[in-house]
Amino acid sequence: MSVATSPAALTQTRQGRGAPGSRAAGPSIWMAGPALLLFGVFAVVPLLGVVVLSFMSWDGLGAPVWAGAENWGRTLTDPVTQNAMRLTVVLSVASWLFQAPVSLLLGVFMAGRQRYRAVLSVLYFLPLLFSAAAVAIAYRALLDPNFGLGTALGVSWLSQDWIGDPDLALWVVLFVVSWSFVPFHSLLYQGGVRQIPKSMYEAALLDGAGRAQQFFHITLPQLKYTIVTSSTLMIVGSLTYFDLIFVLTGGGPGNATRILPLDMYLTGFRSYDMGKASVIAVVLVAVGLAVSIGLNRFSGANKMDSQMEGV
Amino acid sequence: MRLSNGRRTSAAVVAVAVAGLLAACGEGTQPGQASAGTTAWALTGGSEEMFRAQFDAWNTENPDQEIAVDWFANDAYKEKIRTSVGSGNAPTLIYSWAGGTLADYVANDSVVDLTDDTRELTERLIPSVAANGQVDGKTYAVPNTQSQPVVLYYNQEVLDAAGVEVPTTYDELLTTAGTLKDQGVIPIALAGQSVWPELMWIQYLTDRIGGPEVFQAVLDGEEGAWSDPAVIEATTKIQELVDAGAFGDSFGSVNADQNADTALVHTGKAAFILQGSWVYPNFLNDAPELVESGGLGYTTFPAVDGGAGDPANVVGNPSNFWSVSASASAEDQATAKSFVASEVLNDDAVDELLAIGTVPPISGLEDKIEQQDDADYLSFVYGMVRDAPHFQLSWDQALPAAQSQALLDNLSQLFLGQIDPQQFSDAMNATL
Repeated sequence: MSVATSPAALTQTRQGRGAPGSRAAGPSIWMAGPALLLFGVFAVVPLLGVVVLSFMSWDGLGAPVWAGAENWGRTLTDPVTQNAMRLTVVLSVASWLFQAPVSLLLGVFMAGRQRYRAVLSVLYFLPLLFSAAAVAIAYRALLDPNFGLGTALGVSWLSQDWIGDPDLALWVVLFVVSWSFVPFHSLLYQGGVRQIPKSMYEAALLDGAGRAQQFFHITLPQLKYTIVTSSTLMIVGSLTYFDLIFVLTGGGPGNATRILPLDMYLTGFRSYDMGKASVIAVVLVAVGLAVSIGLNRFSGANKMDSQMEGV
Repeated sequence: MRLSNGRRTSAAVVAVAVAGLLAACGEGTQPGQASAGTTAWALTGGSEEMFRAQFDAWNTENPDQEIAVDWFANDAYKEKIRTSVGSGNAPTLIYSWAGGTLADYVANDSVVDLTDDTRELTERLIPSVAANGQVDGKTYAVPNTQSQPVVLYYNQEVLDAAGVEVPTTYDELLTTAGTLKDQGVIPIALAGQSVWPELMWIQYLTDRIGGPEVFQAVLDGEEGAWSDPAVIEATTKIQELVDAGAFGDSFGSVNADQNADTALVHTGKAAFILQGSWVYPNFLNDAPELVESGGLGYTTFPAVDGGAGDPANVVGNPSNFWSVSASASAEDQATAKSFVASEVLNDDAVDELLAIGTVPPISGLEDKIEQQDDADYLSFVYGMVRDAPHFQLSWDQALPAAQSQALLDNLSQLFLGQIDPQQFSDAMNATL
């Protein structure tokens, strides 16, 4: 603890912020007012409303009726919701396992200054510019077993029942989601790699380190905080991901891709069971917050110190 | 220290904001009492042109009673309308499919009684269709567009090439499917990704086997209604068809929203398709040569040997409906009622619907239909609707929302073979 705090305290003194009575030196707390007001009205108030609704029974028409804990018991024992929870965990873990290494390697590659790498970077970046609905519709057409890519190219292997087979659909969804988000994470890594001082690599080169050694002993440790940020975004992002899957499969076939956010939406706006949908929403908020705080604590990112000490 | 101070301040700001908003909510006025102008929400696609012409004509003739129309896509509309009605922000004219939704509206006093205002229109309607807009003998919704019975369409060229006849019984259908499959054709196109086309199969099979009473018991909420022997037999036959490859091996990827199912039929990749009559304009647009050369066949759903249901019974959507919102001002309600009385399914509307290849649910149209380009097809559909002893509204519209979602969910799993007929019945009984 003391080891970790001392450099921070040092920095503060150096910048003169640690002096007593200096609170007024920073910008007034009231400058946060507009942001807090917006956050309050559009995030905190609806959230409280959802918590209250999760204890009520409401079909969208008429007046909500108090239901007590009944919604909670009903939702947590519902096999469809339990399956949705399992799928959400699978999707979050699998998409991290797939996206993290791919975007790390792409990011490191894109950080090179060669002209051809710059051209390729632009191409890699494209999927990020497309709207999720457009991506989903395009993939649905491409993966159509009767009129899709397989038929067009005459490659029968491509004419699988991609999004209609319960065993395949989740992996297809995982691939399309990753395809859309890998560019973003690669960009984070590219920025991270470019900030690593050249002198470190020069020193390593003098000591006779090869490319692989440089990667594992300089690049990777230096990217620690980028990895934490990117992983948090990936995992919390896949917990709440909705639009692309909604358009691509709508949760089907059967319940094979009905992850929690979809389960929440379909329960609320197709079955009009607002109480149950609110329970799922509260669970999502709680899990999302817990995971992002947990990742921050676990990785030590909450005391992110400079890694440049001594450079 | 600095941090916790900051946290305390922000918590205070949030608390103030929350208090302010809650206060604002408490003082809110009851909606809809003052005239806000008459409004209507209508759907794009289908008979959109007829609706546009209707509203234009009304607004030209009644400049002081203009109706403002907003247009929505099907799914977006279904999701928006319910919360709008529930929060008192409904349009004056509410578009619906009648059934369970209408029953909910009536139970919540969200729509007004139209019996006296629409007497003249109701007399012109085909009775089995008009009945869908009535609750406890009073009219709360009136049909506003074509009837949409579910028809078995087929590609005659594919049947000829395979040397098979149009099946008239379920057993013939199963045999025909086997022959077509052996020749490398998908016997029946089915948009399994959209799930609702799968409903048509269970609806027709249940009706043919057990008659309309079986589903009526479900609507009445009778305990164990879903494990009626007719339902079990229907779901068993569905899995029999799936296992025989009657729907091909990739129906789960086929989506009806992009007309991928009708495309399979008019491109000759599939032979049959069971779909609502609203797909006929798609065939006309996408494959005019096939339709003109008589290559597109149509017939009623096959009978089931020993079944109790009348093979003339029809399932589908009897029509779409207009209701008038109870939360609108008296003035707006009056405007909406006179619009319904004078414009809905009047002669102009009937002509427009016939011209796009659809049939309005009005009695005595035989002579008019004779003069149309598609006279054969139109009289087939018209006869189907007119002569049907029972016109069953699509189950997902007839049931309350939560039950209909459970139905689609379990039906999809039944088609995928993830659950067997008994599990299907058990799961559905639990929703009653």
